[in-house]
Amino acid sequence: MAELSSTLLYIAFIIYLIATLVFAMSLSDKKGKENKAAYTRRWGRVGYVLSILGFISQLGYFVTRWMASGHAPVSNLFEFTTFFGMMMVFAFILLYGIYKTNALGVFAMPIALLVIAYASMFPKDIAPLIPALQSDWLKIHVTTAALGEGILSISFVAGLIFLIRVVDQTSSTKKTKMLEIIMYLLLCVFGFIVVSAISAAAGYETSFNFTDKKEQKVELTYNVPALVGPPNGTQADDHFGPLVASPSWMNGEQAPRKFNTFIWSLLTGGVLYGIVRLILRKRIAAAIQPKLMNLKPELVDEISYRSVAIGFPVFTLGALIFAMIWAQEAWTRFWGWDPKEVWALITFLFYAAYLHFRLSRGWHGEKSAWLCVIGFVIIMFNLIAVNLVISGLHSYA
Amino acid sequence: MKTIKCECGHSNPFGTEICESCGKPLTNENSRELINMRYEGSAVRSQTYNKTIVDKIWNFFSSVKVGIWIIIVILIAAAIGTIFPQEMYIPPNVDPTTYYKEEYGTPGQIFYLLGFHNLYGSWWFLLLLAALGISLIIVSIDRGFPLYRALKYQRVTRHESFMKRQRLFAVSDTGISMDRVKRVLAKKHYRIKEDNGNILAEKNRFSRWGPYVNHAGLIIFLIGAMLRFFPGMYTDQTLWIREGETVAVPGTKTEDGQYYLKNHKFIMELYGKKDKEYSAALDKTGNPVPKNYQSNVTLYHAGPSDVVGAKPELKKERDARIKVNEPLSFNDFSLYQVDFKLNEFHRMNLKLENKKTGKSYGEIKVNLFNPKSTYDLGNGYKVEMVEYFPNFKLDENDQPTTENSVPDNPAFVFKMFTPETTKGETAFIGIRKNVEAADNKYKMSFSGIETKNVSALTVKKDNTLPIIIIGGIIFMLGVVQGLYWNHRRIWIQQRNGQLWIAAHTNKNWFGLKREMQNISEESGLVMPIDQSDEKSA
Repeated sequence: MAELSSTLLYIAFIIYLIATLVFAMSLSDKKGKENKAAYTRRWGRVGYVLSILGFISQLGYFVTRWMASGHAPVSNLFEFTTFFGMMMVFAFILLYGIYKTNALGVFAMPIALLVIAYASMFPKDIAPLIPALQSDWLKIHVTTAALGEGILSISFVAGLIFLIRVVDQTSSTKKTKMLEIIMYLLLCVFGFIVVSAISAAAGYETSFNFTDKKEQKVELTYNVPALVGPPNGTQADDHFGPLVASPSWMNGEQAPRKFNTFIWSLLTGGVLYGIVRLILRKRIAAAIQPKLMNLKPELVDEISYRSVAIGFPVFTLGALIFAMIWAQEAWTRFWGWDPKEVWALITFLFYAAYLHFRLSRGWHGEKSAWLCVIGFVIIMFNLIAVNLVISGLHSYA
Repeated sequence: MKTIKCECGHSNPFGTEICESCGKPLTNENSRELINMRYEGSAVRSQTYNKTIVDKIWNFFSSVKVGIWIIIVILIAAAIGTIFPQEMYIPPNVDPTTYYKEEYGTPGQIFYLLGFHNLYGSWWFLLLLAALGISLIIVSIDRGFPLYRALKYQRVTRHESFMKRQRLFAVSDTGISMDRVKRVLAKKHYRIKEDNGNILAEKNRFSRWGPYVNHAGLIIFLIGAMLRFFPGMYTDQTLWIREGETVAVPGTKTEDGQYYLKNHKFIMELYGKKDKEYSAALDKTGNPVPKNYQSNVTLYHAGPSDVVGAKPELKKERDARIKVNEPLSFNDFSLYQVDFKLNEFHRMNLKLENKKTGKSYGEIKVNLFNPKSTYDLGNGYKVEMVEYFPNFKLDENDQPTTENSVPDNPAFVFKMFTPETTKGETAFIGIRKNVEAADNKYKMSFSGIETKNVSALTVKKDNTLPIIIIGGIIFMLGVVQGLYWNHRRIWIQQRNGQLWIAAHTNKNWFGLKREMQNISEESGLVMPIDQSDEKSA
């Protein structure tokens, strides 16, 4: 069952990849002869059907893994992040169904792919549930929260499309630089996957012994060459040694290892970005922009707003209300200012502020789009950094 | 109060921008720009009065911008508070004044000095939350009531310039069947009102109340959270209870009496070989993974006792298993499994022995929670307990003392009497440290230990929960109501032999346009033009 489950996830991944390519193709303007609108519509429909097929396959992964493990597969970082990617695809299917905009697929699908690939870098073993997680609220709270975050992510995708479409690319400005930073960061995620995959294929390992914050001797095993070692650690083998020690205030579980991988991602992202720029000979956003000129910015703005309008209540329900009910049952209090709780509240407050900004006319369009980018950064921060840097009750995922 | 009388005869409150009834713009009458339809151009107090100090405070809190700023300040403060752990999450036995500096260096010290270590209970954070609450109340009153009036008094036939200055607007020739139009509109769930052959089709007006409903929910939620500080609403206590013990549950004493709890057994289970599906993950961690923490208990209740010190008469309420995620709830109270201590010393057995021969003259069993002062072994053999240190340590003067009453490191001073040593010999007995006179003929030696597990339970009462739950439900309903539906209106009027069509929605214009397209295809009505497009194009 567990094997079937990973096969289905793999199939879903491949289908998503093909769907991305089909959506990208549907925007290309090479086909001069054919009716442009009909061409776009036809390939858009193919991409959409593929996305749905991929989603069904991933749903199969979810169900079979649930059967194999005996609990909803949302209990560690691999399972949760995979599920989050799946919810992004679901949200995309929902919003494409309403607005039929192919550009949405060109960006939403690869970002979901990145999320799922990122997830697969975490340990994939089926793990038992500690007592605190043995509750029906695990599935209810986590799935609803992930669905909300998935829908909110589509607002980022639409916001990004909006920005690429409208930001003036004739000269370098603060805005074009910010856009390139977003592109670079997306490439960093890709870089992380590339580095991890290569190291895993080569079977690379180097380990450290060090004493952690709680005065416990810990052995850390890196799967990529160590640029950053643990503070006051000694390397157990003669592999390439650490250049510097990681800051001592990072006290999440295995923080030095994660920080090292993070540095690797930034570096690889930089190399990838450099290569892409060399090939394109212009800013990445500037290269994409011409493909989007047929899009009405107002439509993209509305998709972005609509995603928040749909996602915000779902997020609130899952990440705050269900979370509070469960916290009352498991931790004796519905609210305890645990970092993950606080960051869920911050996400809530941020999108609440966004919805209020939309009441003023000047905040439609570009400013809104930037806000959606920031919102996505907050969601990602809560997903990744809160576990990497800050130790709290949610350390398992 | 001053009113503005519109040419249609309707009296509008002072400050109205668009006549509530006919929609005639009362300000910028001759402009050709699109009408600002926010709050239907109703007389919003904060936009109208700005003279007295009350006006100014009102206007400050009713401003959406101010509200957003309050949200953002709370958001940023909350984020800063997560950089380092809050005081409640640092180890309980450390001093926060030095902890933050030692652990996190200068940033940690700044964090502490600025009070971020206790941010969420600080007066200024609570003040921010209060400001948010006030803003929620004022903004809702300020906008909600005028909006309600405006939508209540709107009439079917609207003023010419109201129609023209709508974002979606078109003029066409008459000559289509109005019955068909009405049928198509009804099919799209529009409610149709007619006046002189003019039509107002409207749907989902309730969605306009969403923001006010969710604000009300939030206010109730905040009030609920505030009520915790009132006495009697909230109890939070910890109860350490040993296996076999029956104790009064702290915080549960009422006029009707008091609850008691007996702990039969504390159980800790780990995942093991039987859990095959997890074997790969378990092999990898190497550490034991807990499967269950559970206390098997019996809950008792005792009525009020008239006599002080009298032994309470316990009536059994029920047996229960308290597990993580499965608290035991009774009355207003809940008992949670929160912690445990395995194998606490409970009873210690010692033998009286002759030092030379090693012969034993009997065993004493010392209950570490309730030791006897004398243990008679018969035949003239007797042991007296002179002193008892449950948790032995040496104080600053190197004198034996006890840290607390928990027998983690018990030590005793015994006086041993035998027929041979009738005056008694004194010995100090502790774990791995015995002190005695060199010429002692007898000694006490350990012969066994009994342990018990201890469960830590949290006793919780939170009478604010119902209010908080109601607040939460109302908030969710309001948010969904406001965000999942759009308030749409379509006006159709016969004017000078022409048919005028205007349409408005409070959000999602593409949705409305698509619906209008549909309606126009099915009914033959002309598709209105988006006048904001024309301007931007």
